[in-house]
Amino acid sequence: MGLTLNHYLVLGAVLFSIGLYGALAKRNAVAVLMGIEIMLNAVNITLVAFSFYDQVSQYKTYLTGQIFAIFIITVAAAEAAVALAMIIAIYRKRSTVDVGEIDIMKW
Amino acid sequence: MDLATIIFWIIAVILVGSALLVVGMRNIVHSALALVVVFAMASGIYLLLNAEFIAIVQILIYAGAVTILILFALMLTRTSNIQLNSNPNNKQWWVAVIISTLVGAGIVYAATVSTHAVANDGNAAGQLPAGISNVVRIGQLLYSPTTYSYVLPFEIASLVLLVAIVGAIVIGRED
Repeated sequence: MGLTLNHYLVLGAVLFSIGLYGALAKRNAVAVLMGIEIMLNAVNITLVAFSFYDQVSQYKTYLTGQIFAIFIITVAAAEAAVALAMIIAIYRKRSTVDVGEIDIMKW
Repeated sequence: MDLATIIFWIIAVILVGSALLVVGMRNIVHSALALVVVFAMASGIYLLLNAEFIAIVQILIYAGAVTILILFALMLTRTSNIQLNSNPNNKQWWVAVIISTLVGAGIVYAATVSTHAVANDGNAAGQLPAGISNVVRIGQLLYSPTTYSYVLPFEIASLVLLVAIVGAIVIGRED
């Protein structure tokens, strides 16, 4: 039995839900960011797998899924830089990175 | 089982195991180190899928740059050892378990057993025409202005990076 698209889709789904748990359950804001990075990687695996198993011969040379993955990596790097700068700025003001205690935008 | 399947299962087990370590470890620096393993194994998955360029970019950007950024943020936000020993999960962690299990089960159902699942079990080896490597093809798609290409999204992505750099400096600056 060889590898099929479903192997990669299920792997991406498992990785996505692990990252979702990390993003929802963690108290440290940096750990929440790590969960988000795992989720983005799961999506990238799914997109590259779709690109590899594309059966339309005309599209095979266009590598659409891989191009999508490159743009996701770009945006994820920008997002990580801005989010970590925000975490450091919040830490400087409040001396905590606990997302439960950062409630200055709450009513 | 052929070699690719065996390699896939080895990589997948290490990938899921280290992802569980990332969300499960109490010490967050250990989580960040497990995250490096997650990124490296994802790069192995990309190599299995003939995506050499993305595999290298994954190592350079994720295992290199993003991990360093995260470790720097951990270093700069280090509180006393109270936080190190306290519970890393919030009070609603069981809700997070339920939600993430439901989302994962929903995706697996939609991708494999539902009637709208992609019926696709063909072997896709030898995608590109002979003589063109994956890196060359991605370069053509990203840069060449004549054929079917992604020049405009590429330029917009560079603008996004510029805005992110300026924004990170402005937000993180001491004033």
